[in-house]
Amino acid sequence: MALLEIQNVTRRFGDFTAVDNVSIGIEAGEFFTLLGPSGCGKTTLLRMIAGFDLPDGGRVLLNGEDLAGRPPERRPMRMVFQSYALFPHMTVEGNVAFPLQMAKTPAAEIGAKIAAALEDVRLQGFGKRYPHELSGGQKQRVALGRALVTHPAVLLLDEPLAALDAKLREEMQIELINLQKEVGITFVYVTHDQTEALALSHRIAVMNKGRVEQLDAPSKIYGFPRTRFVADFIGQCNLFSGPVAASGNGLVTVDVPALGPVRVATDSKLAPGRPATIALRPEKIRIEATAPADTPDNHYRGTVADLLYMGDVTVYRVATPGGMRVEALLANSQSGRAKFFEVGDAVEMSWSVEAGHFIEE
Amino acid sequence: MKPKSISAATRPRVGKWLVTGPPLAYLLLFFAIPSLIMVLASFRTPGEFGGLAPLFEEGRLDLNLDSYVRFFSESIYAQIFAKSVWYALATTLFCLALAYPLAALIAKSGRRYRDLLLLLVILPFWSNFLIRVYAWMIIFGPNAALARTVNGVLAWFGHEPVPLLFSSFAVLVCLVYVHLPFMVLPLYANLEKHDQALLDAAQDLGANAWQRFWRITFPLSLPGVYAGAALVFIPALGIFAIPDILGGPEDSLIGNVIKQQFLETRDWPFGSVLSIVLTIAALFLAGLAACVARGNLGTPSSVKAARA
Repeated sequence: MALLEIQNVTRRFGDFTAVDNVSIGIEAGEFFTLLGPSGCGKTTLLRMIAGFDLPDGGRVLLNGEDLAGRPPERRPMRMVFQSYALFPHMTVEGNVAFPLQMAKTPAAEIGAKIAAALEDVRLQGFGKRYPHELSGGQKQRVALGRALVTHPAVLLLDEPLAALDAKLREEMQIELINLQKEVGITFVYVTHDQTEALALSHRIAVMNKGRVEQLDAPSKIYGFPRTRFVADFIGQCNLFSGPVAASGNGLVTVDVPALGPVRVATDSKLAPGRPATIALRPEKIRIEATAPADTPDNHYRGTVADLLYMGDVTVYRVATPGGMRVEALLANSQSGRAKFFEVGDAVEMSWSVEAGHFIEE
Repeated sequence: MKPKSISAATRPRVGKWLVTGPPLAYLLLFFAIPSLIMVLASFRTPGEFGGLAPLFEEGRLDLNLDSYVRFFSESIYAQIFAKSVWYALATTLFCLALAYPLAALIAKSGRRYRDLLLLLVILPFWSNFLIRVYAWMIIFGPNAALARTVNGVLAWFGHEPVPLLFSSFAVLVCLVYVHLPFMVLPLYANLEKHDQALLDAAQDLGANAWQRFWRITFPLSLPGVYAGAALVFIPALGIFAIPDILGGPEDSLIGNVIKQQFLETRDWPFGSVLSIVLTIAALFLAGLAACVARGNLGTPSSVKAARA
């Protein structure tokens, strides 16, 4: 049995179903992420785990015990809020001491525990400061230290890095991974940022409209999206939709209008004529100036319609004769030139049958 | 280039004076100068038939400390001062105890009810202050339902009937009634800005309802408490109408004595001394409260920064 069991949890607000029959098991020591666009129900689910909201149906179990009758202050979990929610009238030490005082920790032990918590979040020497004297990243660390000082069974994090700038966010992501390894506490992390979810998590539940679309390891979520929504939401993706033209021998051909037949390796035995989608990441597409020497599985011509130069890579949007736009990503690895192609260049695109991912509809 | 830069520099300065000048002139003319006249009057001799004796008597300046000597040598005035401070303090504490739950209720209620409740708080201002005080005379009157009920209960316990009107009880009740909105409004303004996430965080960290109030809500509301306390305490300290109308002879406060010095005894210098001492006492207590507030919450600017 998992440490934290969410069983058939449903939450409605009037006619709107925010969380729709969700079941998830979260293991001890896991870094688990609820990922989805705003309004997908991830924060509502987190608040129900914390006890701030109660499910209309279903149960939340911790170590097999139903938490239904327990208010937030009596659940062995801690939450890190998006706004940090540091107490402005208390110093860093006062903030970190607060949960210890609430737990009636003997005064003699409090000092050592505060020092240990501040060391965990690399804030030694900041104990006497007030929250308004700290930077965003430091506030974030105080919130983490305050939540971890009582060694909760589960730490709930609600978009904790959303308020930080990009560079600091990356730094904090690495710190969060290390911190989670160090303290070994189960993290349940809520975010709408897919790169953050991929970088941090052991497992991700991708949520949409109150339901879990896919629950998998990050590489599976990215590489093998099970639904159109997941493929589209996680990273950039070309989605080729059309009826199945032929299937068999672990290969399916989809007749994509405006592009042509696209072949993809899959075990699916979808009958010809049924609608299907092939998800293809931009970085899996080979893009060259001349026709490839070998005979690739999929091969199309086009012209560069527009491009996004990002420094390390360039994203090319290639228009096919049929009028489709295909996104292809190429590292700017050629020495002596900033990028390979310009707008208007004729290019050859190709990819193997293993590059795409088949999604039944 | 140069004239242009000068005019650009002077234009906002002229504008600033146009805006701040009239209120400054008003305060100078009707507050600062009269206050100085009062300070001067406190060193002069009372006139034979009231008012003041001439400043120049037989070619010499007639200024003396007689009124100050009288204030410090007769302990009755210190006692009345102490009593006034006590009444003002009690008024402030009762107002705080009544206003806090009310302000919290208004701050927590939905937009629709909030405006209605605020309107109800300020509604008493729409009728005249004296009329409201006289209304209390009727409420406390010997034949009113209140006095009959109280005395009925007392008689049941074998107690003599007590008059409610012309008592310190009546004075205190009316003082609290009149000053209550001045405590509710600053408290409401403060509590309304509180961040729900802080209370959620406190609850998540193990605090029960009482601990959330005592450790989070109350300390963060202290600026509102101090503002309300100052708005209640200082006017209550100098009030004379309420003890005049509702109080007995024992309930004479410093405001009444000052009024008496000017209008009845016609000893202007001594009335001025009492006024000056009252002003200094109020300033001292307000300064003390400000120091306490700062000690609790760091510098005021840092509190504002913390809120932002």
